[in-house]
Amino acid sequence: MSVDLILEMKGIEKDYYGNKVLKGIDLKLGPGEVHAMIGENGAGKSTLMNILFGMPVIRKTGGFKGQILIDGNEVTINSPEEAMALGIGMVHQEFMLIPGFTLTENIKLNREITNPNLISKVLGQKLEGLNFNKMNQDARDALDSLGLAVDETKLISGLPVSYMQFVEIAREIDKKNIKVMVFDEPTAALTEEDAETLLVVMKKITDSGISILFISHRLDEVLKVADRITVIRDGEIVGQPNRQNTSVHELARLMVGRKVERVKKEVDQEEFLTRSEIMRIKNLRVEMPGEAVKGLDLTIKQGEILGIGGLAGQGKIGIANGIMGLYESTGEIYFQGQKIGLNSPTEALKQGLAFVSEDRRGVGLLLDESIERNIGLTAMQIQGKFLKQIARFKFINLEDHDILRKHALKMIENLDIRCTGPDQLTQRLSGGNQQKVCIARAITMNPELLFVSEPTRGIDVGAKKIVLDLLVRLNEERGMTIVITSSEMAELKMIADRIAIVYNGELEGILSPDASDVEFGLMMAGEYKNKEVS
Amino acid sequence: MRSNAISLINNIGYPRLIIASFLLLLLIMAFVLEMDMPDLFSSVLIRTAMNGILVLAMVPSIKAGLGPNFALPIGIVCGLVGAVVSIEMGYQGFAGFFSALAIAIPLAILAGIIYGYLLNKVKGQEMTVGTYAGFSIASGMCIFWLLAPLYSPKMIWPYGGAGLRVTITLDGIFDKVLNNFLSFEIFGMWVPTGLILFWIICSLLVKMFARSKTGLAMQAAGSNPGFARSSGINVNQTRIIGNTISTVLGAIGILVYAQSYGFLQLYTAPLFMAFPAVAAILIGGASINKATITHVFIGTFLFQSLLVVAMPVTNLIIQGNMAEIARIIIGNGMILYALTRSVGSE
Repeated sequence: MSVDLILEMKGIEKDYYGNKVLKGIDLKLGPGEVHAMIGENGAGKSTLMNILFGMPVIRKTGGFKGQILIDGNEVTINSPEEAMALGIGMVHQEFMLIPGFTLTENIKLNREITNPNLISKVLGQKLEGLNFNKMNQDARDALDSLGLAVDETKLISGLPVSYMQFVEIAREIDKKNIKVMVFDEPTAALTEEDAETLLVVMKKITDSGISILFISHRLDEVLKVADRITVIRDGEIVGQPNRQNTSVHELARLMVGRKVERVKKEVDQEEFLTRSEIMRIKNLRVEMPGEAVKGLDLTIKQGEILGIGGLAGQGKIGIANGIMGLYESTGEIYFQGQKIGLNSPTEALKQGLAFVSEDRRGVGLLLDESIERNIGLTAMQIQGKFLKQIARFKFINLEDHDILRKHALKMIENLDIRCTGPDQLTQRLSGGNQQKVCIARAITMNPELLFVSEPTRGIDVGAKKIVLDLLVRLNEERGMTIVITSSEMAELKMIADRIAIVYNGELEGILSPDASDVEFGLMMAGEYKNKEVS
Repeated sequence: MRSNAISLINNIGYPRLIIASFLLLLLIMAFVLEMDMPDLFSSVLIRTAMNGILVLAMVPSIKAGLGPNFALPIGIVCGLVGAVVSIEMGYQGFAGFFSALAIAIPLAILAGIIYGYLLNKVKGQEMTVGTYAGFSIASGMCIFWLLAPLYSPKMIWPYGGAGLRVTITLDGIFDKVLNNFLSFEIFGMWVPTGLILFWIICSLLVKMFARSKTGLAMQAAGSNPGFARSSGINVNQTRIIGNTISTVLGAIGILVYAQSYGFLQLYTAPLFMAFPAVAAILIGGASINKATITHVFIGTFLFQSLLVVAMPVTNLIIQGNMAEIARIIIGNGMILYALTRSVGSE
């Protein structure tokens, strides 16, 4: 490989409000090289790409430290337009295409080839006519170089998903000055076959001298095409192996590995085996956009803390949302031996299930209501708690404010909710305290089984520990069965008795929290079942 | 000091502050111009209380997440139908008023439910749809007023036949039954006790509903449908409940208004009844997604007393109908202002 570097990023550091997300990243990209970047959700990959593209969010949050060099010259990139001018192109995970436009129009959008006419000579270049012949020819060339035979004058809307991906790529290739292309999980939406084709296309692109920065979760793909691989964890580079001397195993270990201190006591394995089931999930399918569950089977044991992990978009979030009736779902759920109805939050709540949503501000809280109302409202609606009647009018159910206040004060004390009082509005609380209110709301229902989704998302480190401790306490003191879904493997390892990993909407496997990082990494990347077969 | 003053102003809200100062200025001018102050004050009381229930009708619809009820004319025409049927049957005095209520309320419940179903199909567009729905119903009812099989000579055109008059006088029917109930004079100021009491009772009922199980479910659904759904609340149903209560209050409100005014106004009169009510509650500090009974009291008082005081004062100083112009500017300006901000004051 030549010493000339197309792109170099040196000592990139970035913090969001004092929270360091990148701690000195160095990245080198030679001409015609495929460089893969892998890491868990939240490792810092997107932030790094945002910096490279000069996304406004970076500047708004105080900029970054470090240097970006292109062809050996230091550059400052203040906007995506500047990034494009410097020859950096991006293929997005979500397709940024206009369905009602033809392939050509999408490829040439805002870079149209125009012919001057009478009006434009008077009123300026904006009014020049389009030269469709030339534009079609350019689009044809770009598509041909990808081996895509589809007619360039067709509309995008009728195309299969994989073709859309290729059109995105064609658009970037058509930019003549392009030097570096970033592929952000390009295969996520593709079938296996199309993914194969894409990898071939990537090879073709690099043959023409363009370098590729490839972000992916699929370790086998990375190993097929990448010349070098950078593994990022918690904002740091933990390894930069070459393809020849690494393996899926090593990558998985690098990606996940982290020391964790366990909060919960280990359970006695023999006793655990004899425990009865509290819930059996059979062939659960949930139509939650972006987190679809596609036929999941899982058994939850009485009194355990079950962790559910997996990468974003694989369906782990959909499980609890589906069981609680918040998204359309099918399948069979047996709770304490009884089959329960789906698609009805009321039914789920009445059966003794409760849910702390991952969407705290959207689903978890009434932001302009008091803490006590937030805590009590669900129990009031479902179980008729905190209500009183006037005289003998059975149909008049008024809020019994005294009892609610008493209960709220107890919860505030028990869960250590930092507030000015039970009548404070929840929008004024910090993220951690809001989360405690959400948990208080759920346990006011006295559930047999509590689902908790992403309990520590968006709250600071200290509050995280408190929330996790609280869950363990509920489990140990009240014997409450808890199912915790989280993107952070470390916190599952801290408190869960067993950890189920979801991949592609199905259960990939169940691990003990002290299983090796390699096993977790393999499961999360969906390589576990394959390995067992081979 | 300075920051305290600013936060105080923010708490009261600029519109309320400006309108209150303007009102104070007008009152001082009225005093300087040696106008009949007790008479002015009693006008303020009457105007405030007679409009109060129409403004109160905004509360359930805002709390249910439907925004201010721009379709108030739907409730109003129900009230008017109740009144004309009651007159046709020949009831007078309190019997007339309450029989009008008894006919109007079931109609309003039915209309509220049907319109509620419509609103559930146009979530997020309630205010625009409401304005048009209100206009359409009021206009559509013009046909009803013409063709209704009502023959009481008190209501039809003097030359006979069918078809109701544009303005029906309530003199000798239920004119001022509430106003005169338990009314008294103090310092030369006449206090319409019955009218004020009726307004307060209605407000207390709405407040009680807001503290009930169903009322709380409705508010939760209004402020966060996601939360409500995850609590097992049927959001569409609570929206219909909120809309129905609002429509019923509109029907009651117009009857209270009419008995105080002394006339029933049919045909196009209900068209523009919603806007002053919406403006009043917004002046009171409500926003399009948050409203309380306090907002109703403050807003109705400020808005109506401004109109009452402005008219004689400006007429003495300037020629022309300034009060009407002020009403339109303040009313519509206030609605526009409220739409540009999403949070209300506390």
